Amino acid sequence: MREFDYRRAADVPGAVALLGADPEARYLGGGTNLVDLMKSGVERPALLVDVRELPLDRIEVTADGGLRIGATVTNSDLAAHPEVRRRYPVLAQAVLAGASGQLRNMATVGGNLLQRTRCGYFTDLAAPCNKRAPGSGCAAVEGEHHNHAILGASAHCVAVHPSDMGVALAALDAVVSYETADGPGELPLEDFYLPVGDTPERETALPPGALITAVTLPPAPVAARSRYRKVRERASYAFAIGSIAAALDVRDGAVREVRLAFGAVASRPWRARAAERALTGGPASADAFAAAADAELAAAQALPHNGYKVTLTRNLVVAVLTELAEEAAR
Amino acid sequence: MTTTTGPARAIGAVGTAHTRIEGRDKVTGAARYAGEIPFADLAHGWLVVSTVARGRVVAVESEPVLALPGVLTVLHHGSAPRVDADYVGVLGRPDPIVGLFQSDRVPCAGWPVALVVAETSEQAREAAEALVVRYETEPHDIDFAAERSGTYTPEPRETMETDKGDLERELAASAVVVDARYTTPEEHHHPMEPHAATVRWDGGRLEVYDSNQGSKWVADELAKLFSLDPGSVRVRSEHIGGGFGSKGVRPHQVAAAMAATVLHRPVRVVLTRRQMFSLIGYRSPTAHRVRLGADADGRLRAFGHEAQNATSTVHEFVEASTGFGRVMYDADAHRTANRLVRLDVPTPTWMRAPGEAPGSFAVESALDELAERCGIDPIALRVRNEPTAGPVSGLPFAGRALLSCFEEGARRFGWAERDPRPGVRREGRWLLGTGTAAATFPAGARPSTAAVTAEADGTFTVRITAADIGTGARTALTLIAADALEVEPGRVRVRIGDSDFGPAMIAGGSTGTRSWAWAIMAAAAGLREQLALGGDIPPEGLTVRSDTSAAIAALPEKERHSYGAQFAEVAVDPASGEVRVRRMLGVFAAGRIVNPLTARGQFVGGMIWGISMALHEEAVRDRASGAHVGPDLAGYHFAAHADVPPIEAHWVDDPDVDDPVGIKGIGEIGIVGAAAAIANAVWHATGVRHRDLPIRPDRVLRAGPDGSRGA
Amino acid sequence: MTPSASSAITLNINGEKYTLPVDHRTTLLDALRERLDLTGTKKGCDQGQCGACTVLIDGRRAVSCLQLAVAAEGREITTIEGVADGDRLHPVQQAFLDLDGYQCGYCTPGQICSALAVIEEHAAGWPSAVTTDVRPEAGVPELTAEEIRERMSGNLCRCGAYVSIVEAVARAAEAAQGGSAGTEAAA
Repeated sequence: MREFDYRRAADVPGAVALLGADPEARYLGGGTNLVDLMKSGVERPALLVDVRELPLDRIEVTADGGLRIGATVTNSDLAAHPEVRRRYPVLAQAVLAGASGQLRNMATVGGNLLQRTRCGYFTDLAAPCNKRAPGSGCAAVEGEHHNHAILGASAHCVAVHPSDMGVALAALDAVVSYETADGPGELPLEDFYLPVGDTPERETALPPGALITAVTLPPAPVAARSRYRKVRERASYAFAIGSIAAALDVRDGAVREVRLAFGAVASRPWRARAAERALTGGPASADAFAAAADAELAAAQALPHNGYKVTLTRNLVVAVLTELAEEAAR
Repeated sequence: MTTTTGPARAIGAVGTAHTRIEGRDKVTGAARYAGEIPFADLAHGWLVVSTVARGRVVAVESEPVLALPGVLTVLHHGSAPRVDADYVGVLGRPDPIVGLFQSDRVPCAGWPVALVVAETSEQAREAAEALVVRYETEPHDIDFAAERSGTYTPEPRETMETDKGDLERELAASAVVVDARYTTPEEHHHPMEPHAATVRWDGGRLEVYDSNQGSKWVADELAKLFSLDPGSVRVRSEHIGGGFGSKGVRPHQVAAAMAATVLHRPVRVVLTRRQMFSLIGYRSPTAHRVRLGADADGRLRAFGHEAQNATSTVHEFVEASTGFGRVMYDADAHRTANRLVRLDVPTPTWMRAPGEAPGSFAVESALDELAERCGIDPIALRVRNEPTAGPVSGLPFAGRALLSCFEEGARRFGWAERDPRPGVRREGRWLLGTGTAAATFPAGARPSTAAVTAEADGTFTVRITAADIGTGARTALTLIAADALEVEPGRVRVRIGDSDFGPAMIAGGSTGTRSWAWAIMAAAAGLREQLALGGDIPPEGLTVRSDTSAAIAALPEKERHSYGAQFAEVAVDPASGEVRVRRMLGVFAAGRIVNPLTARGQFVGGMIWGISMALHEEAVRDRASGAHVGPDLAGYHFAAHADVPPIEAHWVDDPDVDDPVGIKGIGEIGIVGAAAAIANAVWHATGVRHRDLPIRPDRVLRAGPDGSRGA
Repeated sequence: MTPSASSAITLNINGEKYTLPVDHRTTLLDALRERLDLTGTKKGCDQGQCGACTVLIDGRRAVSCLQLAVAAEGREITTIEGVADGDRLHPVQQAFLDLDGYQCGYCTPGQICSALAVIEEHAAGWPSAVTTDVRPEAGVPELTAEEIRERMSGNLCRCGAYVSIVEAVARAAEAAQGGSAGTEAAA
C-alpha cells in the first residue's frame, strides 16, 4: 500500500472540492472494498477523502411516497429501517444476504454501488486483466470462470458485479443522485453502469470526481410482495453465484405488474426487462415464468464452465415467482 | 449420554469434563500468540513470492526499494545468509522450500524469492509490493489427472503397493462389481492464525517465538538449517491458533532468523493469508479408482484401491490414501497402490487425516454404491465384511469396536426407519436423504520425554514439549498428570510449548496427547516412588524425568486404530443446486476419553471439516499462469456458522488390554468418512452419485435431477 | 495544505484515550496490535474475510482490518480487552468458557465481540437473511439457532467449534434477554 494523504470532509461541497479533479484521489466510505483493494495493490490512491461523517446518513420518505436513501447510510441501517422493510422487503433481504454483520455495519449505500468485481484475476496483480490494466487481456475467458458473466459480457471482460443490494435497486427503478463541482446530477440505476464493451475499466457513468449523495426509490406498490433469493457456495458470507430480486402483483391469476433483476450474471445488476414484458398481462403460471426466463436468457452466452448459470437463473425465476404467486393466491 | 472406559481412579479427573486451563486467557484476549510477543526495536519482514510457475530469478532490483522509507534490508538468493537444507530430520528430509533464498530456481508459483525488512509493517508491505523481480520463465505443467503421463509409484515400493490374491480373477468371478473413479481437489489447512515467528539473538542463542505443532521439532530443524548446536536454538509456542498439519518449519521462521542474523535485532515475519496458499503445504488433489467385487450377498471377493496425488518437482509427498482400505476391508484379492505425479506446484504436506480423509471418501462412497447394487443396507454390508485380522498385515487387532459404533450410531440416528430408495423424500424445495460411512485412523505413539517436579509448596509442575494447537492438550495433560499423581488438577501446572523441555512428539498424526500422556504418566510414577521414600522436598523441588522410547518399542505389534461410524442427513435443492447438511452424528471408538468437553470439540470439529470437504473446499489454479485464482478466504470456502447444523458426537468403550495408556488421538478421526457420509446422503436424496468433491451447486445442476452422471 | 502521509490521532479504546502518530496506511487492527499492545484483537486474513479482528465501533461490530486507524478517530472502540468487568467475565465470555466455544482460541475474541453485537442487534429488532418475514409488522424474530448461525456467519472458525459457539451465544442471549434462545427449528 502506497502512502497517501487523508482528509475528512465536513460537507458535500467540501468533499467534492477536496477530491477535485485528482485522478489519484478516492472517496472513502466504509472502506470495506477500497481498503482491501489498496492492500492488494489494485487501488493506489494518493489521497483519501473520508465522507463517512457527511450528513448523508438519513432515509426519508419522499413527497410521492418513495424513499430517499442517503449515500452514507450503512447497509445495516438500510436493512433495519422500518420503511425499507415495509415498502421494499426485497431490498432489505438483498442487503441482509450480502457480506456479514460486521461488513454491513461499515459498508455504505454509495460504496456498495461502486464496489469492484471479485474476479480472482482482477485482484491478482500478476494476472492479465483488462479491467485493472486495460489492454493486458482477460485471463478468465480461457481460465477459471465458473462464477463469471453469461449476460452482457464481452471478450474483453466477463467479470460479474458482486452487489446484492444493487440487484434489488435495479428491480426497484432506483435513481442515483450525485454531486460534482459543476453541480448535482442524477442517473437511473440502469444507466449508472456502463456496458462492458472494450472498456471494462470504465464501470459507471458518474462524471469524474462525482460523489454519490443518495439513492431514490420511486413508490412501488408491487414491491409489497417481493423477494430476494441468493445462491452461493456456502450458506452465508459468500458472494452470489446466482440471485434474483423479484416483485409480483397478481390479480385473478394474471400478472398485473412484475419486477425482475438478476445478480451474478453480468457486469452490473441485470434488470430482466424482456422477462417482465413477457409476463405482464399474462398468466401467473410456472410455464409462463419459465418462458419469460427463457426470453431474457435467450441472449445468454455461456463460457465452458458457467453454463449452469443459465439453468440456475431460469430455475430461480420459476421458483421465486411461483412462491410469490402462491402467496398472493392465499 | 456417554460411556467412558478405563480403570476407576481415586481422583478421577480423567473422564470428567473440565474447562480449558487457558480458557480465561482465550476469552479475554490475554493469550498471546507468536506474532504478539512485544519486543523493543522490532523490525518487520514481508516475504515476496514468485509470480511465475517455473523458471529462474534473473534479477532482484533491491536498490530502489532500499531507498524507500524505513527499509532495512532485502534478502534474496544473491544476498541471504547460507543455510543447509540437505539434512534428515525426525520426520525425514525437509521440503526444500525451507532452504530459503539458496538458489535462483523457481519451481512453482508462490515460491519465496525475497524478504523485505522494514521498521514498520506498512513500510515492509509497500516495499515488498514495489520490489521488482525479473524472471526467466520456462513452460510449466500443473495439470493433475488420473494416470496422466509421468505417473509413477514412489519408493519404498513395498509400502506404496500391496497385493494379495488375483484381483482381476476375483472381479471376474464377482456377482456384483463396482468400478468407480473419485476425485478430491486441492485443499488448504488455513488455521485462523497465520504462520508467524518473532526471532532474535539473545546471549548467543537464537530465540524464536513461533506458531507451530512442535517447538522442539522446529528448534532442531532450525539448528540443522543454520548449522547451530541444537542447544543454541530455543523455540517457544505457548498458544497456537490452529495447525492441522501445516505448522512445522516453514519459510517464515527461516526468513525471520536470517533477518535477525543480518540486522542484529528482533525480526517478525507473518505470512499473509494469500501467501499461505503456497508456502505452508496443502492437501494435494487426489484421484482414485476403487474396484469392488462381491457375491450377491455383499461379501467382498475383490478390493482394489489405486490412489494418486500430485507432488512438486523438488520433493516427494505421498497422500497415502490407500491406508484406509488396508485396515478396513478384507477380500480374497486385495490390491492397493499409492501413486504420484510431479508437477510445477508447491509440495503438499500432511493435512488433517492425511490419506484417510480422501481415501475414506473414495472407499466409503464405493461401499455405498456396492450396497445399492447388492440391494442391502450399507451398515449390513459393512457388518458382513468385518475382518478378523489386519487385511494386509495379518496382525491381530488391538481392539476393533467399529460395529459397536455403527450399532450405537444407527440407534441414535434412527437409521432403522430409513427407506433405502433414493430421490423419494421431498420437503418444499428440498430433497432429503441420509447416508453413512465408516471411519478409522491409526492410533500411534512416539517416544517422548517429560519432567514432573514435586514443588516444595505441595504443587506439581509438569514440563513437556507438547503443543496445544486447540486440541485441549494442555488441559488433558493436566488431568492425566493429576490422576497419575493422585492429586487434584488444581495442584498441577503443566508447562508446554518450549523446546528447552526436551524431545517430545509433535501435535500431529493423532499421536500427541497419547505420546505425551505416556511420558507424563511414566515420570509421575517415578516421582511417586521417590516421594514414597519420604523425606523433605528441597526448595528447587524434586524432579523425575521420563523417556518412553523403550516402553513404546516394547508394545506388541498389532493393528492399533480408532474407529467411527458417521451419519449425515442432507437436503438438496435440485433447482438451485444447493446442498445443506441438516444434522450429523458420529460415534467413535477412540480409547479412553480424557476430557469429554474438549473431546467432543475434536470429534465435531473433524466432522465439520467433513462438511467443508464435501461441499466447499477447492483451491483452483489457473492453467496459463500456474498460480491460484482467488487465493483468499472469500475465494476458498470452508464452512461458516450457517453451514453447520446440529452435530452430535458420542463414543463407545474401546479398551486395549496391553496398552498402558489407553488413550488414542482424536484430532483426525472426525473427518474420516464424514465427506463420504454426506455424499452418500446426497445420492440418497437425489439418486445422483457425486464422485468429485466438492459437491458445489454448479456440479449438482450439471448432474441434473434425473440420476444422470455429473460432469 | 501539503499532503501528509501521517497524522497524530487520539483513539478512544475501552474508555481510555490513546494519542499516537499513525501512518495513514495503518489499520485500526494494526494500531491495536502493533502500536498499543492490545493484541487480543486477531489478524486472521487482513481482508475482511474471516471476522477474527472484530471489534465494536460506536457499539457496532466491525472488522478492524478494513478500518483505517486515522478514520477511527473520534469513535468509541471496544476490543476484547474491554469486554469483561474487571476480573468478572462478561456472560458471553463465561458462556464461551463454560461450553468450550472455541478450540485454538484465535477466532475467539472476534466471535465474542460479534456475539455481543448479535444480541444487541436482535434486541433492536434487526432482521437477518434467514428471517422469514422482514416486514416490521412481523415483529422481532425469535433468536433461534438458525438465526444465531446466520448472524454469526461473518466469524469463521477453522477448528470447527461452531456447535458450541452457537450454544454459548444462545446461553448468553437467554441471560441477557430472558426467555429462550438457540432453539432448533422443528425437524
